[in-house]
Amino acid sequence: MEFRTFVFYFLAVILVYAGLRVVTLKNPVHAALHLILAFFSACGVWILLGAEFLAIALILVYVGAVMVLFLFVVMLLNVDLDRLREGFWSYLPLGSIVALLVVAEMGLVLFYVYSGVPESAVPPAGAGYSNVRELGRLLFTEYVYPFELVSAVLLVGIVAAVALTLRGKRKTKSVSPSQQVFVKARDRVRLVRMPAEKGD
Amino acid sequence: MMVETLHQLLPGFLIPPFDALMRMGQDTFGAAWPDLVTLVWTVVKVMLIIAPLLLVVAYETFAERKVIGWMQVRIGPNRVGPWGLFQPLADGLKVLLKEIVIPAKADKPVYLLAPLFSFAPALIAWAVIPFNDFLVLANIDASLLFVMSVTSIGVYGVILSGWAPNSKYAFLGSMRSAAQMISYEVAMGLSLVVVLMVSNSLNLVDIVQGQGRGLFAGMGLKFLSWNWLPLLPMFVVYLTSIFAECNRAPFDLAEGESEIIGYHVEYSGMAFAVFQLAEYTAMLMGCTLVSLLFLGGWLSPVSFLPDSILWLLVKIFCVLVLFFWVRATFPRYRYDQVMRLGWKVFIPVCLVWLAVVACWMLSPLNIWK
Repeated sequence: MEFRTFVFYFLAVILVYAGLRVVTLKNPVHAALHLILAFFSACGVWILLGAEFLAIALILVYVGAVMVLFLFVVMLLNVDLDRLREGFWSYLPLGSIVALLVVAEMGLVLFYVYSGVPESAVPPAGAGYSNVRELGRLLFTEYVYPFELVSAVLLVGIVAAVALTLRGKRKTKSVSPSQQVFVKARDRVRLVRMPAEKGD
Repeated sequence: MMVETLHQLLPGFLIPPFDALMRMGQDTFGAAWPDLVTLVWTVVKVMLIIAPLLLVVAYETFAERKVIGWMQVRIGPNRVGPWGLFQPLADGLKVLLKEIVIPAKADKPVYLLAPLFSFAPALIAWAVIPFNDFLVLANIDASLLFVMSVTSIGVYGVILSGWAPNSKYAFLGSMRSAAQMISYEVAMGLSLVVVLMVSNSLNLVDIVQGQGRGLFAGMGLKFLSWNWLPLLPMFVVYLTSIFAECNRAPFDLAEGESEIIGYHVEYSGMAFAVFQLAEYTAMLMGCTLVSLLFLGGWLSPVSFLPDSILWLLVKIFCVLVLFFWVRATFPRYRYDQVMRLGWKVFIPVCLVWLAVVACWMLSPLNIWK
């Protein structure tokens, strides 16, 4: 067996195991940690495919930022495990139908791709090939409108999130930094000159 | 690769036994021998980076205590060995012998995983750090991106160490410092975008070599063409963000001894020491990155002196002393001030300077061609 194949199967086994644990583990924090493990293995697989920019971006964006916020939320929610397990059997039929549908769809797509193409048709990259440069060039030439559209949609998402959380009158006791900066000592402290008392 | 390098490095009388060893390995393992040699050689190179690194980190703590001591007209550690030189070793021995107390209601696997999560990224990032034009373990294309993504993982150590011991105080500390680290990562990333724009590369070797060219470098004053001068606002933003990212004074809210207890309050013994090691390794990493990205790395400041790894070490040392100096000088920021500085000052400054540099590069006054 070639070394690359060995590495691929090693990473793939970890990836599948971690993915299974994400959905089967009861503790949500442990599940999130397994999701991080899954991201790492996926990153390794992408590096094997020669997509080092995408792999590093996966770590930077998903592991470095998205999963951190995810963990925050999961830790703060204080999930009650017994209440979660209550409706398991009544939801099972509907859930399994949805799961089967998803599996069937994914299977069809994968079958369609792999039945037609016996080997990957992507030519191997040359020596001076830079992943980042090519990706940047494509994004800002051929796909510039979809790219801008996606950023606009994300911006709308940010604005909407802020607008949703900022409803009603704010009841914080936050201080204004400009007032703090411009404050003078004589506004805060009043020096009172008093005549010394005569001791008896 | 390894064979040629060792042929140059080894003294003459060792070369025949070395060749005999290589032939024997070739006979025994056959086709797998070159892969095996590559593996062993890589491990040797990793060790050659990690062993001095850990030694430097140990003496970094000593240097910090000494330097801050002198700044505050104290003596600093002077009991163990001559001038207190064995103090880090004594400290290491002490924490090794201490008991690691795991809280009863702690989530044990996560509790033990948290120190690893904070220490491992601090070490991994060194894999792509160049010390010289060719002295680098892995000279990958996107090394700057690699460093950024690996250092961004360090925040997990903070979050998990706050959550795992099931303690309110640790959790509060971890929330604070995780929020701080995430906020400053944005400003750091944006300032690095400007750096990679002007150097037109994500490779750290290229970024350093790009700083050796320019108007002033042609006049022999190389230090004026390093990135710190044309990108001065980014230099200040990046340096300050490194302070916040490493949880160092004046942004050391995570372990502000006088007000709240930090994320590692429930850790003792070696588990606690690993957090400290991670902090000091990350600090050294930050100093190295500042030296490489803004201070010209191993380039000499004037053209009549040769470029050498010594320049890099001197620069790292200077930035490190700046860290100590700041710690001895400035009072701690209040939490809301830390957040305000990150989001409302640094990010707008970065965005404006990004646009300014982009226009500058398109104008005829472009100095980075």
